[in-house]
Amino acid sequence: MNPMADQLLVLTLLLNFIVLGTSRLNLAVRAVAVQGIALALLPAIIHPFSWHLAGIVLGMLIVKGAVIPWMITGAIRKAEIKREVEPFIGFITSLITGALFTAAAFIFAQNLPLAPEHKGLLFVPASLATFMCGFLVLIARRKAISQIIGYLLLENGIFVFGLLLADAMPGMVEAGALLDLLVGIFVMGIVVNHISREFSTLDTSKLTTLREDVRP
Amino acid sequence: MIWIIATLPLIGALVAWLVPDNRMRPFLLPAIALPHMCLAFYLVATTPPASPHGWIFLDALGKLVLVTISVLFTVCSFYAVGYLRYRKELDNRILCMALLVCLSAMTLVTVTQHLGLLWVALETTTVTMAPLIYFNRNARSIEATWKYLLICSVGIAIALFGLFFLAYSTIVAGQDVTLLLSSLIEDAPRLHPGWRHTAFIFLLVGFGSKMGLAPLHTWKPDAYGEAPGLVGALLAGGLVNCAFLALLRVYQVAVASPGAASFKGALLGMGLVSMAFAAVFMARQSDIKRMLAYSSVEHVGIMAVAVGLGGKTALFGALLHMVNNGLTKGVLFLASGNIHRAYGSKSTEVIRGALRRIPWSGALFLAAFLAITGSPPFGPFISEFTIVSGAFVAGSSTVGALFLVFLSVIFIGMASTVLPAVLGKVPAEAEATGYRDTYWTVLPLLVLMSVVLMLGLWVPSPLQELLREGAALLGGGA
Repeated sequence: MNPMADQLLVLTLLLNFIVLGTSRLNLAVRAVAVQGIALALLPAIIHPFSWHLAGIVLGMLIVKGAVIPWMITGAIRKAEIKREVEPFIGFITSLITGALFTAAAFIFAQNLPLAPEHKGLLFVPASLATFMCGFLVLIARRKAISQIIGYLLLENGIFVFGLLLADAMPGMVEAGALLDLLVGIFVMGIVVNHISREFSTLDTSKLTTLREDVRP
Repeated sequence: MIWIIATLPLIGALVAWLVPDNRMRPFLLPAIALPHMCLAFYLVATTPPASPHGWIFLDALGKLVLVTISVLFTVCSFYAVGYLRYRKELDNRILCMALLVCLSAMTLVTVTQHLGLLWVALETTTVTMAPLIYFNRNARSIEATWKYLLICSVGIAIALFGLFFLAYSTIVAGQDVTLLLSSLIEDAPRLHPGWRHTAFIFLLVGFGSKMGLAPLHTWKPDAYGEAPGLVGALLAGGLVNCAFLALLRVYQVAVASPGAASFKGALLGMGLVSMAFAAVFMARQSDIKRMLAYSSVEHVGIMAVAVGLGGKTALFGALLHMVNNGLTKGVLFLASGNIHRAYGSKSTEVIRGALRRIPWSGALFLAAFLAITGSPPFGPFISEFTIVSGAFVAGSSTVGALFLVFLSVIFIGMASTVLPAVLGKVPAEAEATGYRDTYWTVLPLLVLMSVVLMLGLWVPSPLQELLREGAALLGGGA
């Protein structure tokens, strides 16, 4: 396999740790953007050229590398929030847990019954590790924007796995999935703006109006 | 032909965007929904040939869901005209557009045989429902929207991972990699067991959270509680059925593979847990819409139990129940929307004597309550009865007994909320609101309720034929 692809996957793994370790939202968004760009370039490296491929790579670059980060940065600016404070799981603990997840992903992938042509590649461990880190960010953070970032990380993890299955996912489906992601983040961005206007905070642990109020 | 039915609502959405007048725009909904329903019936009757690569084909399962959704949406579209007259202060452009895009995506879910495309369509329905839940623009609805959006997005992402695992199990088995349903069913006995199992678990969690099976149902009471009744009807009758269809597609692959028993067992377990959760939370629920949400959890549980049992009778019952539940939930949510408007509240502290204040809506709510809890002579009675007899025929008497216990507990719990709300006297402190029953907000419900009643007395033979074909597709014998 192409050494370039391996380097991009290692970069992806390292970017997970930046997201896990930082309290600055802007930095986390940039890390996810760079990760998106790295993942957009991956198919261009491992698959032979075709117009369909070029379209997907271009679409990924624009959506994951530019439009989504731009939308989230806009939401951060409007909500006037810079940092994630007092997360449910602290930054150091998140980093250590993330490292454990990554190690587990590598050990787990080694024992998985992979197809012979995928043995010893970084794709499966990188995918599992990124997926788990995304999940960790989702549950570890209070701020709605951090949760969006976690969701993006999780999607990136799934996407890495999808690279092994390029034949099963025709262009139309890939484009549809990308469009769904874009619109989904767009809607989440709007919801975030309304949360900050309605509650004057983006702390999702404050969203507790809808509890079960059972009749005495 | 199929392309027309899927794109027609999209064109409608475009027109809705262009129409500047807030009063005229709602009329676009029935104008699109009626031809959509006619087309749906025509397609179901004629069965158009499959598309060249076999991506698009309307089979019996798709037909059942398509007809249910289309009828429900048409009823909701007429209701929407009346409802939006009471909400003149709110801009309804986004509501109309999102409803129509959602209809298009739901149609696509029913006609596709490619699991990747099905996933894309299902994700689209998730996203388009978010602005609908947030229609009331207040703190409570934004909280519900955020919970819904986050849980369902993550759930559906997990389902995508599951689909990838399923596709990967074909690679490991040395087959051509594909997500086409027919090829997957064909390859099912040879799929790699480890990957296949993992795929089924991920798909069950993913589609299960979208469908609202316990313990993945936590978004449901909030979203159903805060959304307008119109949207609640489409969530409980439309989206639930789409997610159920997605699960049935996975089920089709599962029953063709050697791992069928564990998948069925998982469905059965989740179904019973859902019914138990509903039974607990339904009791002493003071919010009528949240109560309906738990009723929805109960009924997805019933469907999961039925397909988990398997066998000809239970599968027939499950599919019939899918139709019945979709339509009855439509009446319940729309009527609860009327009650909400008439009292300016959805708490049973205020809602008393709905039969006196709004006789038509109150009576419909009462009738639909009797129907959904499985009282004769309505449709759900027939389907629940079929499922229970399926359980006893299959020799799972424990499941059958538990099923009956949960149903009766739920009946009592739901009655303790519904009966005081509908019967009795209107309390003096209930403020007068401008709402009175009108043709637009009552007639559509009356039509839907009579369909539910008809399904209880007589299931038309074409529908029976479809249900049998559907059950056969799920491995329930011809």
